[in-house]
Amino acid sequence: MGMQFNNVFKSAVLALTIIGLAACSSTSDTEEMAPVAQTAGESDAARAARLEQERLERERQEQQRREQAALNTTVFYFDFDVAEFQPADRETLIVHARNLAANPNRRVRLEGHADERGTREYNLALGERRANNIRDFLIVNGASRNQLETVSYGEERPAANGQTEAAYRQNRRVEVQPAG
Amino acid sequence: MLLVLALVFSFRLSAAELNIEITRGVDNPIPVAVVPFAWDGANLLDEDIAQIISNNLEQVGEFRALSRANMLSLPSEEREVHFRDWRILAQQYLVIGKVSQVPGGQMVQVQWEFFDINRERKVLGEVLTGSMSQLRDIAHEISDVVYQEITGSRGAFSTKIMYISAEGAIGSKVFKLHYADYDGRRAQILLESREPIMSPAWSPDGSQIAYVSFETDLPRIYIQDLASGQRRQVTNFPGINSSPVWSPDGSKLAMVLSKDGSPDIYVLDLATDQLRQLTDHPRAETEPAWSRDSRSVIFTSDRTGQPQIYIVDANGGLPERLTFDCFYCAKAQFLPDGVNLVHVRRETRQDNSYGIAILNVQTSRVIKLTETALDESPSVAPNGSMIMFGTTAGGKGVLDAVSIDGRIKFRLPSLQGDVREPSWSPYLN
Repeated sequence: MGMQFNNVFKSAVLALTIIGLAACSSTSDTEEMAPVAQTAGESDAARAARLEQERLERERQEQQRREQAALNTTVFYFDFDVAEFQPADRETLIVHARNLAANPNRRVRLEGHADERGTREYNLALGERRANNIRDFLIVNGASRNQLETVSYGEERPAANGQTEAAYRQNRRVEVQPAG
Repeated sequence: MLLVLALVFSFRLSAAELNIEITRGVDNPIPVAVVPFAWDGANLLDEDIAQIISNNLEQVGEFRALSRANMLSLPSEEREVHFRDWRILAQQYLVIGKVSQVPGGQMVQVQWEFFDINRERKVLGEVLTGSMSQLRDIAHEISDVVYQEITGSRGAFSTKIMYISAEGAIGSKVFKLHYADYDGRRAQILLESREPIMSPAWSPDGSQIAYVSFETDLPRIYIQDLASGQRRQVTNFPGINSSPVWSPDGSKLAMVLSKDGSPDIYVLDLATDQLRQLTDHPRAETEPAWSRDSRSVIFTSDRTGQPQIYIVDANGGLPERLTFDCFYCAKAQFLPDGVNLVHVRRETRQDNSYGIAILNVQTSRVIKLTETALDESPSVAPNGSMIMFGTTAGGKGVLDAVSIDGRIKFRLPSLQGDVREPSWSPYLN
């Protein structure tokens, strides 16, 4: 599951990047993306500097898109009876943490959930532990404690119905929601 | 946006009424004949008392009621009883009665008698008076007496249950707390919300209930008075506030709070409002339940990695572990004998099935009562004869009941939505 999700995530980031670049190359923003040949009378040094600047700009944009994709990832999944989030989600969560650090007025609510197996009260505890683990990781990576609130719904609010492993997988999660 | 309705205790039927289905009975049930009760009024009675008594006795599985079509006579008082009519039909017990109007009122009188066929004698007879709307209560009361006369233990037919239902699609679910007869009949809604409701519990005298409601977007404990419908929020601590459960002496409410970082067991003194922390461990401590003498509390803890059952003195101290031979043992509750613990058990990591089991804490003997895979929330009838629990059948949450020896089972299917978390009342009369 961890690997699979990671791959899906990477593919999504890659796809967004490609779409983004394609969009850029067809914009009328000639200053940034003007073809090299049209810039006449430019010295070699100036040209190199300009290309470097363009490369940095592309990198910056790609970084931005990557961050946006990470911020758009608001559901984190867990293995059965495990409260630690998956290692593949570390980078995404670091982006969330940095975004919170950069926006001190932003507040989020971390909602922890469990699949239906086992007892309800124990699952309430498990959901809280999942949410708390993500909260603590966000704090370590720059978010402030007062930006984060946690709540556990245990198994009371499943994301998918049914008694299949696929449904259970979707239900073992922490959702990052905007908080008032 | 926030929809929470605490409904006053009225005799309104809820749509999600449950009806019992017997899924497993015993091999040699005791044959009982319950003759239709005579009635001197003009219109038909709203309730068929004899049918309710028959259903009650059959639902607990130990009895088989004689079909009316096979009855050779239909006596309604002692002088009409001919024991040979019932001996021929191999009946062991006979219940007869008649209902009459009390002159000048809405009240009725139910005169009923109970006979032992083998001994050819009347065991008892009595006259009960009540209103027309209490016929079902009268039938349950008669059933309780018959059950006690035959089995020697008190009947639980006059008891009530609470349970939670969830209806609707994901994202637009409606949660309800229901109150019903033990058999699911005469269901009423006590609370309705767009946010989850959990963990219904009874006060020992049956006059109040406690539960967890997420109506403020956070799990908080509420106490509601059944007669008036009045409710109050009992806790508002950061984190989990859950698992309220009254001590049998009624003075305290055990609960789970995670205000100090992880869920621990606390006891609230209801008279002084003083809160005492009973466990202090960085792992999860949850699902408290009291010993019968209110002096100890059992709970679930995963301090060794997996959930296991522990017991601790109600005044604090070092908890003692009670379960060792299971992968997952949780949500324990003492039976009235104070020795047997009903609990949710998953034997091994591989078996992946959660069943209801009983552990004798003196002998360590374990009896597994169910074969379903997703059992939870066991709740014991006050006479200790049956355990009701939540499970899943056909993709839906249903309530099942099983006798403490595992031989008798019945199911209360839900007509709509999922039902779960049954909570059996104490004796109410």
